[in-house]
Amino acid sequence: MKAEEFLNLLAAAGYDFFTGVPCSIIGDVILLLEKDPRIPYVPAVREDVAVGLAVGAYLGGKTPCVLMQNSGLGQCLNALTSLNLIYKIPSLLIVTWRGYPSKTDKDAPEHLVMGKACTKLMDCIGLPYRELSPKNVAKSIEWSREVTSQRQIPVALFLPRGVLE
Amino acid sequence: MKTTAILKTIMGTLREELVVAANGRVSREAFTLKDRPQNFYMIGSMGLASSIALGLALTLPQRKVVILDGDGNVLMNLGGLPQIGELLPPNLVHIVIDNEAYGSTGSQATISRKVPLEKIAQASGYPVVEKITEEKDFKLALERCLEKKGPSFLLVKVGAEEGTEGLPRVSHSPVAIRDRFIEAVRRS
Repeated sequence: MKAEEFLNLLAAAGYDFFTGVPCSIIGDVILLLEKDPRIPYVPAVREDVAVGLAVGAYLGGKTPCVLMQNSGLGQCLNALTSLNLIYKIPSLLIVTWRGYPSKTDKDAPEHLVMGKACTKLMDCIGLPYRELSPKNVAKSIEWSREVTSQRQIPVALFLPRGVLE
Repeated sequence: MKTTAILKTIMGTLREELVVAANGRVSREAFTLKDRPQNFYMIGSMGLASSIALGLALTLPQRKVVILDGDGNVLMNLGGLPQIGELLPPNLVHIVIDNEAYGSTGSQATISRKVPLEKIAQASGYPVVEKITEEKDFKLALERCLEKKGPSFLLVKVGAEEGTEGLPRVSHSPVAIRDRFIEAVRRS
């Protein structure tokens, strides 16, 4: 899928405040956001700052989406557990999946531990997630809107390499 | 100078401003002195009051947003200052009550005893920066910061003080804090 199509799906689903920290997997989406006057994008200095910004935007009436690499997920655990999950403040987290468990395609060493652990971390704290594939992007974004509005908690969509062109 | 006296002046001065209060003493004192729906008490997520408030200020440019922060919180998310300084929301007022200690955990020292937070704010790009060391100067400084085009940074160096034992905790549930805050945003 092209970055533009991905962004259009998110915007069509109602996400209207974007923030985050770049990853090469989602770099083109962020480049588009930086140029797009329709949708605010705030480049954050750290992933938990992005989660905090998204909380403020939600309180102000927006439907926020946070973009980050899975290496930033650890940085966000306190924000997610002691802010979003207890105040019931939703956000869509698009988490790029470096260190994706694979026998043939080894990622850089700094990504391997988190690559194995990131979805288990979500299970541990009770945060719903799905893995994006080229076929389920639109459905998963729809699912994220359903869960965030019904349960009022954040959800994560994990994005491995290869889903976006 | 004591945190209670400073917060009493703040809570007595505020009208419709939205407030994000940092966890620990700041939230508990603000709650005890003047509980209001426009107060978002952050009971966890230490460091993020400035980030939550920035998200609010960007989303609601017509509303004044006040951060009631502490030195421990600011130091934990120092990147939050240039984040504000780069975006320059004019409707944001960042008040830091600096007792040079982690008040809720037994008043262990923070590094703000030696590190000048006002200089970091200045270097980060806040167009208005004030540092207050005497209580008599506070009210006017607060009024200036609320009136001027921000973001403004008001550092209040309070002295060492008693711990937080005996100070009530925020009794609203987190979801209740959220609901009444959102309601207050919508009403105006």
